[in-house]
Amino acid sequence: MSFPNLLTVPKIDKIGVEERVNRFCKRSIKNSSKTHGLHLALSMIDLTTLDGKDTPENVKRMCYKANHLHDSLQGIPKVAAVCVYPTMVKYAKNELKGTKIKVASVATGFPSGQSSLDVKLSDTKFAVNEGADEIDMVISRGKFLAGEYNFVFDEIASIKEVCGKAHLKVILETGELDTLDNVRKASEIAIYAGADFIKTSTGKINPASTMPVTYVMLNAIKDYYKKTGIKIGMKPAGGISSAKIALQYLVMLNETLGHEWMNKDLFRFGASSLANDVLMQLQRQESGYYESIDYFSKD
Amino acid sequence: MSNIDLNKIWNYTTANESKDHILLKEKYDLFINGKFVKSNSRKYFNSVNPATDEIIAKISEANKEDIDLAVKAANSAFKSWSKLKAKERAKYIFRIARMIQERAKEFAVIESMDGGKPIRESRDIDIPLAANHFFYYAGWADKLEYAFPNTSLEPIGVAGQIIPWNFPLLMAAWKIAPAIACGNTVVLKPAETTSLTALKLAEIIQESGLPKGVVNIVTGGGKTGSEIVNHPNIDKIAFTGSTKVGKLIKRSIAGTHKKLTLELGGKGANIIFADAAIDQAVEGIINAIFFNQGHVCCAGSRLFVQESISEIVIEKLKERMSSLIIGDPLDKNTDIGAINSKEQLATIKKYINIGMEEGGEIYQKKCIISETGNWCPPTLFLNVSQSHTIVQEEIFGPVLAIQTFRTIDEVIEKANNTPYGLSAGVWTEKGSKIFKLTKELNAGVVWANTYNKFDPTSPFGGVKESGIGREGGLHGLKAYLKFK
Repeated sequence: MSFPNLLTVPKIDKIGVEERVNRFCKRSIKNSSKTHGLHLALSMIDLTTLDGKDTPENVKRMCYKANHLHDSLQGIPKVAAVCVYPTMVKYAKNELKGTKIKVASVATGFPSGQSSLDVKLSDTKFAVNEGADEIDMVISRGKFLAGEYNFVFDEIASIKEVCGKAHLKVILETGELDTLDNVRKASEIAIYAGADFIKTSTGKINPASTMPVTYVMLNAIKDYYKKTGIKIGMKPAGGISSAKIALQYLVMLNETLGHEWMNKDLFRFGASSLANDVLMQLQRQESGYYESIDYFSKD
Repeated sequence: MSNIDLNKIWNYTTANESKDHILLKEKYDLFINGKFVKSNSRKYFNSVNPATDEIIAKISEANKEDIDLAVKAANSAFKSWSKLKAKERAKYIFRIARMIQERAKEFAVIESMDGGKPIRESRDIDIPLAANHFFYYAGWADKLEYAFPNTSLEPIGVAGQIIPWNFPLLMAAWKIAPAIACGNTVVLKPAETTSLTALKLAEIIQESGLPKGVVNIVTGGGKTGSEIVNHPNIDKIAFTGSTKVGKLIKRSIAGTHKKLTLELGGKGANIIFADAAIDQAVEGIINAIFFNQGHVCCAGSRLFVQESISEIVIEKLKERMSSLIIGDPLDKNTDIGAINSKEQLATIKKYINIGMEEGGEIYQKKCIISETGNWCPPTLFLNVSQSHTIVQEEIFGPVLAIQTFRTIDEVIEKANNTPYGLSAGVWTEKGSKIFKLTKELNAGVVWANTYNKFDPTSPFGGVKESGIGREGGLHGLKAYLKFK
């Protein structure tokens, strides 16, 4: 674990990134490719509820949904994980016992990250002790924008230490980072500080995940892999509400990092409403017509 | 629903654009004086789909008498067209633009079938840009005196226009729109291998009610072209094509009253500095050379990479090439289509062989090449210098010659060390460097942190052996006006 050389971090041209992203969106995904893509998307979802009003009851309902997405559709994959607040981890864990669905917990003073390191560490430890398989931490954007990159790096490294076996996803909150150059820089810091995944957003800030931002992060992952042979995962979160957008992200992933990243161990969608749209599309792929949205349960 | 093995590689199934909606006649005649007429030669030649070798239509071959008829029609139409109120001229041009837009899909499909370019390009670039050129020049028609204040101006007369096969409809639009907006009349000849969209445009022109004889479209090969160039009653020649033919044209009209614009070959230098946004620059290099299979006069066919980043740039280029999809031009996912003709494919192969014989290190994308049709994999040449033939001569195919450089002055010298001067690209995040290079590079167009961007409002054209005159923008009007 060493601090990255920020002087050699590639510069980002926003217009060029947007043009590249437009090309991904022009790919036409039909028939068996579409079905395959939809299955992939479903398997990569972190089904999420992160509200102040969350209760053990609604978390349990969401967990049931995670395990029973749409029972009338045979042979579809389950989502990768559920994502909840630390206090909800034990209920989710209990509900998902015996399944392969992971429980991810946000931590470190989510979503603003404006807490002391002690609070962040104990927040993380608590979530891990409650049984979280994955920790989604937020970086200190204020410190980052103030140029205190070492602070951001050290914080991530400290959180990584207390994660133990739990996987660490580092949320950059790109909607607050202002430029794609900053997104790239923050990605480097997070990766070098020990992130297993880098993640775009909390979902609490607009804009949340966008394709240009994700593209820049994927390139950071690619360059790191070229240098070290280590594969870092990617999680765009927020704003990916339709199957169509999810497929466009998968095209981007496919043509940037390739087949080796096309699985839930290295790519996740953080989303609350994506699953039902994917299910609706899958249903249509099978039957040839769209069913009413009312046939898809909202939990 | 059957289980899907998510470990399997995710492939895109074919997504072919439908051909059902297009209307193509078996035979196409000449469009003279507002009507489709049989040629006096009675000869037809085949228009072939370069991706399948199928004959898609028969095209009439115009001879000397036909050209004479077309010029006569244009001459007689000129009398009233040049006197027509400019805002009325504008209405016709505007109508043509609208009709192209309405039939954009049909045009796009035919353009891809006839020329081999991916449907993504004909749909998103060629056809919309062609319509935009008509819109843009429709706007100028009644504002010419504001475009060139304090001058007295009038149209030239009959313009003989000869266009290439790389952007068939777009080049027709570049030529016809400013000419008729200024009050001239036109005899246009599309390239032999790609006549179809120009003939479809003739149908639109007929439907639009444009007075007969204002635009005449005659088809044929080089011989037909020379009949236009040498016709005594033509007042202006506008040619887009090879430098070789351009020189011939200039020679043959020397001493006549004919005005001339030429848009010829190029060997564009694309320069990438160590301080560039590398991933976006790599994407730009790919688009600069592989756009339209490299059949682009302003293609960035010479790449100069600053030595300190050459390794990483070349690695990224190769990797990016691996995700390019080569195949059926009508497949919406195709990035690179078919080479326009057997003849052009032979030329490209000749240069690839020369490149290897002269010791260049070749890298080609691995791809399955179909038995029928004309195909060339995207190709890089490393370890070449300014002294290599493939660095000096225009290949007009998907072949990129890569050199490295150390300093700014060195790269400017090398970039300008070519008889051509059409285009160049500069990739750096440093603004002052961009200004230095745009000033010192001897080329008609210099793009910074982008490449192959076209717009009706922006003039396009070359210096040195890349041509005379400008097309597009305000400059494009000048070529079709007499200033008194």
